Amino acid sequence: MTSYRIPEKGRVNQGKPVRFTFNGASYVGFEGDTLASALLANGVHLIGRSFKYHRPRGFLSAGSEEPNALVGTDRGPGRFEPNTRATVLEVFDGLNTTSQNHWPSLKRDIGAVNDALYMLFSAGFYYKTFMWPKSFWNKVYEPIIRGAAGLGKSPTTPDPDTYASRFAHCDVLVVGSGPAGLAAALDAGKSGAKVILVDEQAELGGSLLSETDAGINGQSGWQWLEEARSALAAMNNVTVLTRTTAIGYYHQNLVGLCQRLTDHLPNPPADAPRERLWKVRAHQVVLAQGSIEKPLVFEGNDRPGVMLAGSARSYLNRYGVKVGNRPVIVTSHDSAWLAAFDLAEAGVKVAAIIDIRPNVSGHLMESAAALGVEVLSGWTVTGTSGRLRVASVRANPVSRSGVVGSARTIACDALLMSGGWTPSIHLFSHTKGKLDWNEEGQMFLPGEATEESRCAGAGNGVFSLAAALAEGAAAGAAAALDAGFAAKAASYRVDGELVLTGANNRELPTDRNTSKAKAFVDFQNDVTAKDIRLAVREGFKSIEHIKRYTTTGMATDQGKTSNINGLAIASDAVKRPAPAVGLTTFRPPYTPTTFGAFAGYNRGELFEVTRKTPIDGWAEQNGAEFEPVSLWRRAWYFPKKGETMHAAVARECKSVRESLGMFDASTLGKIEIVGPDAAEFMNRMYTNSWTKLAPGRLRYGLMLGEDGFIRDDGVIGRLTTDRFHVTTTTGGAARVLGMMEDYLQTEWPDLKVWLTSTTEQWAVIALNGPNARKLIEPLVEGIDLSDEAFPHMSVAEGKICGVPTRLFRVSFTGELGYEINVPARYGRAVWEELYRAGQQHGITPYGTETMHVLRAEKGYIIVGQDTDGTVTPDDAGLGWAIGKAKPDFVGKRSLTRPDMQKADRKQLVGLLTTDPNTVLEEGAQIVLDPSQTLPMKMVGHVTSSYWSAALGRSIAMAVIEGGKAREGETIHVPTPGRTHTAKVVGTVFFDPENKRLSA
Amino acid sequence: MLLIRCPYCEAERPELEFTYAGEAHIARPADPSKLNDDEWKTHLFIRSNPRGTHFERWRHQHGCGRFFNAVRDTVSDKFAMTYKAGLPRPTETELEKARS
Ligand SMILES: [Zn+2]
Repeated sequence: MTSYRIPEKGRVNQGKPVRFTFNGASYVGFEGDTLASALLANGVHLIGRSFKYHRPRGFLSAGSEEPNALVGTDRGPGRFEPNTRATVLEVFDGLNTTSQNHWPSLKRDIGAVNDALYMLFSAGFYYKTFMWPKSFWNKVYEPIIRGAAGLGKSPTTPDPDTYASRFAHCDVLVVGSGPAGLAAALDAGKSGAKVILVDEQAELGGSLLSETDAGINGQSGWQWLEEARSALAAMNNVTVLTRTTAIGYYHQNLVGLCQRLTDHLPNPPADAPRERLWKVRAHQVVLAQGSIEKPLVFEGNDRPGVMLAGSARSYLNRYGVKVGNRPVIVTSHDSAWLAAFDLAEAGVKVAAIIDIRPNVSGHLMESAAALGVEVLSGWTVTGTSGRLRVASVRANPVSRSGVVGSARTIACDALLMSGGWTPSIHLFSHTKGKLDWNEEGQMFLPGEATEESRCAGAGNGVFSLAAALAEGAAAGAAAALDAGFAAKAASYRVDGELVLTGANNRELPTDRNTSKAKAFVDFQNDVTAKDIRLAVREGFKSIEHIKRYTTTGMATDQGKTSNINGLAIASDAVKRPAPAVGLTTFRPPYTPTTFGAFAGYNRGELFEVTRKTPIDGWAEQNGAEFEPVSLWRRAWYFPKKGETMHAAVARECKSVRESLGMFDASTLGKIEIVGPDAAEFMNRMYTNSWTKLAPGRLRYGLMLGEDGFIRDDGVIGRLTTDRFHVTTTTGGAARVLGMMEDYLQTEWPDLKVWLTSTTEQWAVIALNGPNARKLIEPLVEGIDLSDEAFPHMSVAEGKICGVPTRLFRVSFTGELGYEINVPARYGRAVWEELYRAGQQHGITPYGTETMHVLRAEKGYIIVGQDTDGTVTPDDAGLGWAIGKAKPDFVGKRSLTRPDMQKADRKQLVGLLTTDPNTVLEEGAQIVLDPSQTLPMKMVGHVTSSYWSAALGRSIAMAVIEGGKAREGETIHVPTPGRTHTAKVVGTVFFDPENKRLSA
Repeated sequence: MLLIRCPYCEAERPELEFTYAGEAHIARPADPSKLNDDEWKTHLFIRSNPRGTHFERWRHQHGCGRFFNAVRDTVSDKFAMTYKAGLPRPTETELEKARS
């Protein structure tokens, strides 16, 4: 294979070859190459197929703005990544890469038939086809779209890499290390300010790496760059981060950085994170993002071998690669001429320079003549040829009056274009900084800043090297000064720099039918000039609408090379100036960023905490199955060997009803409410009355929101006149405490009350069953457990198993029950002691499922399951829990709003299915008439549904419109394949007289 | 991520430590039963939702735990000032001073 590498040219290490593969073929590049430069050195231009039309595509650029050259990389098992830009991917020994969007092969692709059907895929294609007959959509379009959709292939296995995160603070953050960024970092660094300099590339230098003509302070650009690097490295107050992209600029000078740590290494250390996400809070920010070259818009501008002239110059000067042996230049900007001259000087035959402008400055014409390059000024390009690589360019003269003359064909193997340069204002735009339209340069420039930031260099529209250095130095010094450091801007002398100018274009003039021209604006989303004009003809006038209709600028490159061309064409078609048509908003991230970097450490077990009770370890050792309840993991049921869940739950239920069960209730939320005004505070927060509750007694408490709907409930003990032990639902603890704090701090700061979360201070063991008292009687000290001294709904402090306890006599099962609160550190020991002692009664540990069944048999609700934030106390059958004599409590006023008293509100009822073996699905919808026409009127839904071992049948609870008045009626529950019937009943299914509580 | 000054801790802390708590200066009526349905509806549900200066409540949830008031621009997200719960709404003059 012919080599396009020029020996001893460029910055790659030509003494260090590296071997890599592309589509299975092996290639050799050099250390310092990107995949793009290494493939170009091997004469490979065809890198992929386009997204929509599957057209063959080559490298458009040499940087992170690349729209075409997306490849898949494979770094071993689980490490496949799609859509990596070949222009920034550093090659190393053993790198494996593949092209995308083609089948069966890159060179022969069946999807390219889309290209011939391009009329079907024009602007608004998706929207229009949605309007077509449904059958056509299902059978024809959807399969085609699904088959062709997507950019690259998703990885299919979990990412084995680790990702790090870091916070940092600095005085001055400089983004971009071209001439302006380096000058800014140097002056800010010299002031003593803490500086962070970031650049997305592997080495500092930005545009200096690609240009070799101008000198700085009497040195060559590269010599000066070397000195600047050493100077920065020598300053302890300066942190330089390469391979680091500033991905987003957020409020108050918070800048997100993504640092790539190992992707360029052939053998990364096993424990090294792949990437690190930095959140940098900077006192001052200097944005020196540089600029991106604009393509020209003409038919066939997407053929492999057609690329940006500045990028060809980068490949030549930075990588020592000529992109062709016979390039043609087409341009409207002087900078492309420099690419031609550099190539000619490197021995490449430049076939012609075609300049759209009729007049080009004399010194360029002279240099071209001296190098023997033909110049066609005042000409246009109207087409290209070549199947997988450009082979010729069709050029025509354009008269002063705009008439396109007859065509001439020029053979070439590369076509280098330039439509001028667009300042990169992405990060500035993230801050909602004002953008000013520059009519002469056809570009948006940073205007008034909203953050403590400055823009410098080409990113600020200052394109000359001398001016960029001066502006960078001034920005760096000013930023340091504003951060409180004495700083001075250095001055730079630049020699040999040419003043460059350019003209702006829409589509290039042509003698061909423009309605058929495939002149691409957005290469990644395959949007042509014709698509944009069509969108305008169809009535879209704002760029935000045109963008969505045509999808221009909406690909993963966010239109870095296409936005301004798209805007120019839209503005021409709408016949309004560009700023009136608008620029779309740039959003983070600046370039595509891995999910891994965003997730950082927060994945797997660290995604969120798993709260475990002191008894959790025992449950695990004893074979419990667990379920998550808010952040807790709770024992769900305790299957014996080979036992199904259904059998285990039935066994656990039976044990509780017949003898004794034990349950870990430690996750209950607990709040200690203390102070002289504690009872008054309770009166205001809960619906119930607390004034008359005697110390030593418990009461069920119901809490509403101010809107009158149930928020939480729990059993609350009064220990002394000024001390309450409040329990909340497991998931509601933090919310309830927050709500209490809100009222206490902001509405009633005069109340003398203190609130303390004690959820994790107490372990809670619930004992339920006829033998509960028998078990604890010998283990309890200091509490008379007799029914007279310690009846149902009592609380007392004493000792159990020798440790302090707050003993509740309370039941969530309908059986004789106790909730034994002990300090968390004793939880497991007491549990194990009770378990040992309980063997004589066949004590059975049970989990949340059995707890749910047992409480449902008694009609006890679970807030959040049987209620959903629209349920009033009356709806839930809890009207009795309202202290009607109280003048006020949170939510009271809402209960008398007309809507809250309607008879057809959804109310909680019990359901008994006609077939006792049918266990309804929770969430199933309820209808009154199953033969009504669709869509049926749904009057409610099933909230709880279980198999009741005690009753030998299924039971359910549901909310139904006007449900209480429907007792005795039959309702219907349509489910896939079958409609069930059930009778509306009361909510208490078992022991309605509550005899067992006092057994 | 915003930096928010807690008027109790007297320090700027990252937004992660705070929770938003709705519009400020909506006091719960001393006796809600005195309000008719329309007045109670307004108290419960009607909020100013301005474009621009917004008086709002925040809580230093993962810090001192205190609720406090803040003045934030809903367009730029910039805080003009924060102040303790119970203090009156700042005057336009005080706001001007805080912004400069
Ligand atoms: Zn605080």
